[in-house]
Amino acid sequence: MDMLSKNLPYLLAGISVGGQYALIAIGYTMVYGILRLINFAHGDIFMVAGLMMVYLSASLPMYLSIPLVILLTVLIGFLVERVAYKPLRQAPRMSVMISAIGVSYLLQNLALYITGGLAQQYPTIPWISDQITVFGASTKRVTVITPFLTIILVVLLVTLIKKTKIGMAMRAASKDFETSQLMGIKINNVISTTFIIGSFLAAVGSLLFFSNYTGVTPTIGTMPGLKAFVAAVFGGIGSIPGAVIGAFIIGICENLIMMLNQFVKVDISNFKDAFAFLLLIIILLFKPTGLFGEKQTDKV
Amino acid sequence: MNKKKEVLISVILIAALLGILRILELNIKPTSQWAMLLTVLKKGSIYALVAVSMNLLNGFTGLFSLGQAGFMMIGAYTFGVLTIPPADREMVYMYYDGGIIKFAVPVVVGLLAAGAMAALFAFLIGLPVLRLKSDYLAIATLGFAEIMRALFQWDTLGPLTNGSNMIRNYPTFKTILFPFIVSGVCIAVIVLLINSTYGRAFKAIRDDEIAAEAMGINLAHHKRIAFTVSSFFAGVSGALLAMFQTNVQAKSFNSAMTYEILLIVVIGGIGSVTGSVISSFLFIASSEWLLRFLDEQHKIGDFTVPLLRSGFRKVVFAVIIMVIVLFFRQGIMGTREFSIGRLLERFGGKKKNGTEGGGKLQ
Repeated sequence: MDMLSKNLPYLLAGISVGGQYALIAIGYTMVYGILRLINFAHGDIFMVAGLMMVYLSASLPMYLSIPLVILLTVLIGFLVERVAYKPLRQAPRMSVMISAIGVSYLLQNLALYITGGLAQQYPTIPWISDQITVFGASTKRVTVITPFLTIILVVLLVTLIKKTKIGMAMRAASKDFETSQLMGIKINNVISTTFIIGSFLAAVGSLLFFSNYTGVTPTIGTMPGLKAFVAAVFGGIGSIPGAVIGAFIIGICENLIMMLNQFVKVDISNFKDAFAFLLLIIILLFKPTGLFGEKQTDKV
Repeated sequence: MNKKKEVLISVILIAALLGILRILELNIKPTSQWAMLLTVLKKGSIYALVAVSMNLLNGFTGLFSLGQAGFMMIGAYTFGVLTIPPADREMVYMYYDGGIIKFAVPVVVGLLAAGAMAALFAFLIGLPVLRLKSDYLAIATLGFAEIMRALFQWDTLGPLTNGSNMIRNYPTFKTILFPFIVSGVCIAVIVLLINSTYGRAFKAIRDDEIAAEAMGINLAHHKRIAFTVSSFFAGVSGALLAMFQTNVQAKSFNSAMTYEILLIVVIGGIGSVTGSVISSFLFIASSEWLLRFLDEQHKIGDFTVPLLRSGFRKVVFAVIIMVIVLFFRQGIMGTREFSIGRLLERFGGKKKNGTEGGGKLQ
């Protein structure tokens, strides 16, 4: 029992952070599925959502600031696509990726300017930040809620993609970009919707993430962003369930590393962040399409 | 304009440039406001080398790699660790009983070792990673750089890398000529490589991999050469950067650094060596010096100019970069090269009708 209560927090934290990565990873995998673009700015949009919460909650009550943060994040995601990616639709893929890196650089510098480089204290959201006890392990309620909320959102999203008209348009666009345009799909609307959904989930993810890790800094989005992308690749890019499973695996494994750290002689906690990339390189070598990815063939 | 004359003019210009640099260095006092110019020139020359090395991969071979900061870090550490005088090791490695290396090598050997170590790592990581295509390669190399960064800060490797503490007290350069000469020689070697048959093969791979393979180019072999050579020079520039900064810490070689180098390459023009060099100096000058005034408060009479405070410079800078990325995708030079011969022809009034001047260096 002592063993359990000592190690359970790591497992809980792993599942929780995995759920948060999953919410970010969906944004990556959907955008990549349609545009074949690694949206490097996605992690920074997640960071911006955190910062906006800090500033809005300082002057507004919680029940107003949470919806407002989600709304504004969605707006930013939409605008980034319209301003930075849409003009480059006919350009080579590398240009779009560089543009994404530029947006990431801009958002980080903007955040640095506004915050003055100091870590901002994230507000305590009532109820979800309360301490609770699970099997003798004390943790925040958000840790327990995250996986369930993630799964609910994913089920909703999958239903949206499978059953609705816009979902069908998304599937068509990710199968064949040009042909779907010829079939009368308004591709710009589809892409905008993709970015809106992605940003919405990133905003929810940031609410959950920062309730646990309370300091918001301008560069905090980079690591979760990259890990979420790795999760998306691991699960097979373009596949939403794949991204979610990948994210949970990464979240749990990196916390297991922290748990192992108690037992081994050498300190391995440095490799917590590196683990995701090791996993990435391994999966790309042996199964480049990921767990659930579709096989692609190159045509000359 | 014949070849001999052009070489002669180039040599004279390079000598003049070095002379001017030396005169500047001797005459600018560290306290004057122009002292920043020297800093910009030193750092710019170092970034020029790493930008050109990245351009060799991204612009000339079409391999989109984002591992440059990682290779710079390997170079910087190799140089630092090997060249700290034995007498100072006890102090630098104070948490690790003076470290495990008890000797020091000369600076030139240190520089070469820095490049060689980066190249070795690149060769090994290249074996699996270079099989990947475009953005997968980008994210894998970025990930590799992150793993390296974690590894270098690992406590268990402390006797070698000093853990998360600084490496310092190694020799640094005394004169501004040093980084210029080292960078210049390295860039010249890269240009020679680009103009060789290997360079032509690289460009063929960039333009169309399948066609290149059909023409008998060994893809794996050439990609590996480009990756290893590029990393060698990234390692050398990392060592130069270490000398410039007088201390090295692994945590500063993060992905933001790679992004900055990539943006330098983009601004200069992907596929142009001289473009990368020019934009390195512009980039460093504007980020370190010319835009500094944006970070301070200014008053015109009683009116305080709004928005100006610490950090605003970087925002303006990022906006400029976005404008370049979106509207001037060719960058400063596109894929053209700056050549003295063509410049002289243009200004010497000896304009010939037609295409003779085009593509001297390509």
